[in-house]
Amino acid sequence: MSAATETPDRIGAGARLPRYALWGGAVAVLAVCAAYSLGVGRYPISFERVYGILVSHLVPIDTFWSVSDQRVVELIRAPRVLLAVLAGTGLAVAGATLQGVFRNPLVGPQIIGVSSGAAFGGALAILLFSGTSAILGLAVAFGLAAIALVYWMSRIAGRNPVLMLVLSGVVVSAFFAALIALIKYVADPDDKLPAIVFWLMGSFATATFEKLALVAPPIVVASLLLFAMRFRINVLSLGDEEAEGLGVRVEASRWFAILCVTVITASVVAAAGIVGWVGLVVPHLARMVVGPDHRLLIPASALVGGVYLLVIDDVARVATASEIPLGVITALIGAPVFAILLRKTQGSGWKHD
Amino acid sequence: MIEAEKLGFRYGGADWIFRDHSFRLPRGAITAILGPNGRGKTTLLKCILGLIRPTEGRLVVDGVTGYVPQNLQSPFPYKTFDIVLMGRARHIGFFRHPTRADHDAARDAMARLSILDLADRPFDRLSAGQQQLALIARALASRCDLLVLDEPASALDFRNQAKVLQALARLSDETGLTVVFTTHAPQHALSIAQSALLMFGGSTYRHGSVDATVTDENLEALYEIPVRNLSFQHDGRNVRTVAPVLV
Repeated sequence: MSAATETPDRIGAGARLPRYALWGGAVAVLAVCAAYSLGVGRYPISFERVYGILVSHLVPIDTFWSVSDQRVVELIRAPRVLLAVLAGTGLAVAGATLQGVFRNPLVGPQIIGVSSGAAFGGALAILLFSGTSAILGLAVAFGLAAIALVYWMSRIAGRNPVLMLVLSGVVVSAFFAALIALIKYVADPDDKLPAIVFWLMGSFATATFEKLALVAPPIVVASLLLFAMRFRINVLSLGDEEAEGLGVRVEASRWFAILCVTVITASVVAAAGIVGWVGLVVPHLARMVVGPDHRLLIPASALVGGVYLLVIDDVARVATASEIPLGVITALIGAPVFAILLRKTQGSGWKHD
Repeated sequence: MIEAEKLGFRYGGADWIFRDHSFRLPRGAITAILGPNGRGKTTLLKCILGLIRPTEGRLVVDGVTGYVPQNLQSPFPYKTFDIVLMGRARHIGFFRHPTRADHDAARDAMARLSILDLADRPFDRLSAGQQQLALIARALASRCDLLVLDEPASALDFRNQAKVLQALARLSDETGLTVVFTTHAPQHALSIAQSALLMFGGSTYRHGSVDATVTDENLEALYEIPVRNLSFQHDGRNVRTVAPVLV
């Protein structure tokens, strides 16, 4: 028992102060990135002016910026930047949750079919109706339908749910991809087709405060619920029988988590189209910093995800004369980053099942 | 305390894995479950844990059960302390996370097994013996009255077998913990258990004190090879062990 008396009180709790400083620093980085992103684009605005415009809302100061500066920052870029942060944090939290709940670091919202389902719902909404609320409604509905299909398929096949889950995701994704192709085929090539195609490639360019008001509540609420159940995600990540033996209602907990993930993913798809790879790559980056414990991983993924999508959206805006679709960049960056991670982090960040 | 009356289990319409098993395991006792592979040892444990429902019969399990699996494979390299902390899950609400009291309970459990020094090491890097002790600590952290272990010493070398068995004997002795474990080694039953349950498959079983059940005849019937109880002197004590006749 001598070991017990000599051991400091804080085993497993970590040192308190530096940890708070670290989180504060990470939030500050996100805030600075967001402010910086307000100035970036075809119409560049210096950081001082952006800062001035922001501060003028809190304290009255002399304007040293033009009216168009203010319009661009407040009406065009502010909703866009907020949507990028929201989508990044949401998708990253969703990805981290899925990887934990399914005990597999290779799953993400895209791989298990939620994205394709939601994309089909959105494309159908554009074809039949117009307006963001229809897109949101159908994206969520078909996102849920997709995950329900995947879950049902991987359950009846029995023994190896993780492998079955990923395979079922591939099947469901292919099915919805075919339906999307069908919609594109029947869509009016002058009007609906380009709208569907550009929407699917992913972009924050069409962000407005109205759109934000529509998708922010579901994303924020679902993310906070997942954040609140982060310890439960740890327990679920030990496996079904383990978690049940520890007194956790596995089925109910997992469905609840999947429901939250679906709401987040479908909402992001509704607002910005398919923004792939974020939910898969960002949790890995976060895991390299804070380790596998979901109590730290979920908030860390949220912060890294926000910064990640902000930077990617900035690149989309300035890399070429016209905007590059977001989905293209996330895949161009995400795929090689993920390939490198796969090779480098084997055995340290996570292990094969 | 565990009380089983005419307990039976089978999957669907398949053959009975075990049937008509009646036994009473008193509070504070250590019971070893012996039997060849596939005679329902683990299935019985799962029934006791409430993971599966017995097909027939009555099973009363009094108190909180703590489960110690044979091994734990997680794709995520959690710290050992975090693994132990997860033993508190049943006391932590859906949207809550461990409080200071939960941390204390986990630390306490690790201290009781003298493995506090492993707290910050990744669980998957521990030796098999250390992992087993950590999993026992995790069960203790749940403040269980009944410890259920699936082959706790099967994959361990002699020294670690002794360590794990001694830890179990000490815990039961000090705190009145009821312990049930399955094993392929009858000498584990002889070393720490007071009672043994021999599962022959179907509705054949023996239950009673270790001395009365772990006999040459019963073991030979159980494993279908010659088995001998041996005793010898060690440190002035009479020690009993079991040896299979392998040639």
